Amino acid sequence: MTTADYAVTVEGLNKHFGAHHAVKNLSMQIRQGEIFGFLGPNGSGKTTSIRMMCGLLTPDSGSGTCLGYDIIRQRAEVKRRVGYMTQRFSYWEDLSIRENLDFVARLYQVPNRKAVVDETLEELQLTSRAKQLAGSLSGGWKQRLALAASLLHKPKLLLLDEPTAGVDPTARRIFWEELHQLAAKGISILVSTHYMDEAERCHRLAYISYGELLCQGTSAEMIQQRQLTTWQITGRHLVQLNRTLEACPGVEQVVAFGTALHVSGTQAELLRDTVEQHATREGYDAKIIDTSLEDVFINLMKTSEGAFN
Amino acid sequence: MRYFNLSRWWSIVLKEFLQIRRDRLTLGMIGALPIIQLTLFGFAINTDPKHLKTDIVLAEQSEFTRSFISALRNTGYFDIEDALSSQSEADAALASGRAQFVISFPNGFSAQLLKDQKPKVLVEVDATDPTTTANALSALNKVAQSALKRDLNHVVHVVDSNSPYSYELMIHKRYNPEGITQYNIIPGLMGVILSMTMVMMTSLSITRERERGTLENLLAMPVEALEVISGKIIPYIIVGLIQCTTILLFAKLLFRVPFEGNMLTVYAVSLLLILANLMVGITISALARNQLQAMQMTFFYFLPSILLSGFMFPFFGMPKWAQIIGNVLPLTHFNRVIRGILLKGNGWVEIFPNVWPIMLFALTVMLLGVFFYKNTMD
Repeated sequence: MTTADYAVTVEGLNKHFGAHHAVKNLSMQIRQGEIFGFLGPNGSGKTTSIRMMCGLLTPDSGSGTCLGYDIIRQRAEVKRRVGYMTQRFSYWEDLSIRENLDFVARLYQVPNRKAVVDETLEELQLTSRAKQLAGSLSGGWKQRLALAASLLHKPKLLLLDEPTAGVDPTARRIFWEELHQLAAKGISILVSTHYMDEAERCHRLAYISYGELLCQGTSAEMIQQRQLTTWQITGRHLVQLNRTLEACPGVEQVVAFGTALHVSGTQAELLRDTVEQHATREGYDAKIIDTSLEDVFINLMKTSEGAFN
Repeated sequence: MRYFNLSRWWSIVLKEFLQIRRDRLTLGMIGALPIIQLTLFGFAINTDPKHLKTDIVLAEQSEFTRSFISALRNTGYFDIEDALSSQSEADAALASGRAQFVISFPNGFSAQLLKDQKPKVLVEVDATDPTTTANALSALNKVAQSALKRDLNHVVHVVDSNSPYSYELMIHKRYNPEGITQYNIIPGLMGVILSMTMVMMTSLSITRERERGTLENLLAMPVEALEVISGKIIPYIIVGLIQCTTILLFAKLLFRVPFEGNMLTVYAVSLLLILANLMVGITISALARNQLQAMQMTFFYFLPSILLSGFMFPFFGMPKWAQIIGNVLPLTHFNRVIRGILLKGNGWVEIFPNVWPIMLFALTVMLLGVFFYKNTMD
């Protein structure tokens, strides 16, 4: 692939806030027309990375391009072509829905502004509420308005910072359908999220922790890379078993999923012995299952915590 | 306790203390503001101003004029600056505010004095600000009674020793002959009101965006610093001009302040003051991290503007260093200009010395604002 095939390429990005090293040597690429999921715990540097990509923050070192424009020297060009949705709703709550869209369209010098705004309102099904103040919208509607506003200037790249935080499942599903439609039109999308179901809807993923990119690829690739064996154990008194298993050899993590425990580890033999000894012999049902993306992320989080604490 | 629980109450108290401690600027203001204000205003404000600028028109030099002038000097109220040669120069000095007093001795003063013809000494006062000159005027009257007694005693044979004084003081209060303080206060208030509202409104504008999180969105859009800053102040220029009109209408209709000068000039100068203050506001706004800090900085600017500009206390009563601070502030110059136009009928030539400092101030602050406004979130 040549650089022209990438919507975003960054190489060795670093950002410090005082003594805090927020982003460490971040290198990643986002291909044209793909939905790229950006995962990691809170405070891991996702927002900082996104802000560096759209010209809101200056990296301390490293380089990168966004849609072919340099993210340090050609910020104005980048800003003109990228759609960015902030983590917190950041449109003007004291302006009406139409006034917000109108303002954004003017600022980006969108041609046929009135028609474009009308069309957007129509698509959002907000035409009848166009005069309502943006602040009075519910969370799901605010997020749809924000997405529509960030699409007004027809960007080729969308950067979405936890767009669905605090939004109900139905609204999230509709939102993701919209994202896939956009991707099908050739728009590249970087979306950060905490939700596993959303991660699974992405074409490719990256996992970042403590400012460091730990893993990237498709979800299948990521699951494969970690080489985890996972056992599902069901039965009674799982809380006690959970505690016992955590200290056993071969067990890297025990996670409670409703009425079952997921026990995972990279050393398959050692794990099998442990499960037989503590679970099967004690009357629990235990079977090997496919390792899920969630197991992988929990594993990534645990190992990175271990490395830093 | 249902309505008041001590530990619940204490938790609030602690939280407030912690939050105050986090806000460094507020903490600094709490400590430094009283000290700065006490030293600044405590030393600077003097309601009995001395060293008022006085010019002399001398038609002749004599023993008597010299001792009269030195007696004036000794009162401490008069700083004799220039000896002028004509009445037209005297008029110009008063109109431009270069002199508060012009004292003219007539031709043949000494001869008339010696012949006991009671010569007339003309004292012209800039009475636009009656409080500034009131004490100096009463000192002048005392000097007049005693100054020449000793000189005249040498030539006592020609003077009627019973006459209380042998010459007449003609005091001519210019521009505001009745000494109506409102004529001075109302135009001054115009600048004060414009300063307060303009700075306060704009100082919150960017800070508000920052607090609400909309600034991040704005910064991510392709808009430049100069566009944001100048774009944000336009509506307030109109607000300022409306305020200006309201104040002028009240000044004219309710307080009957004389309108001697050109109204277009009044508006042009007001526009300039509005711009200067909006620049201050927007710069504060770019600096402040939250709306409270913006308000504190507004007051930090506003108080010296009121107290050191000559609005509330006589400018020439302040020590030199305070006058220097006062001379930086646009309100000081605006007060002089607006009083000059309304009360003295000044035109551009007379007011220009007080116009360019406002321009320079506005330009400097605007550059600072653009410099401090960051187009990124760094």
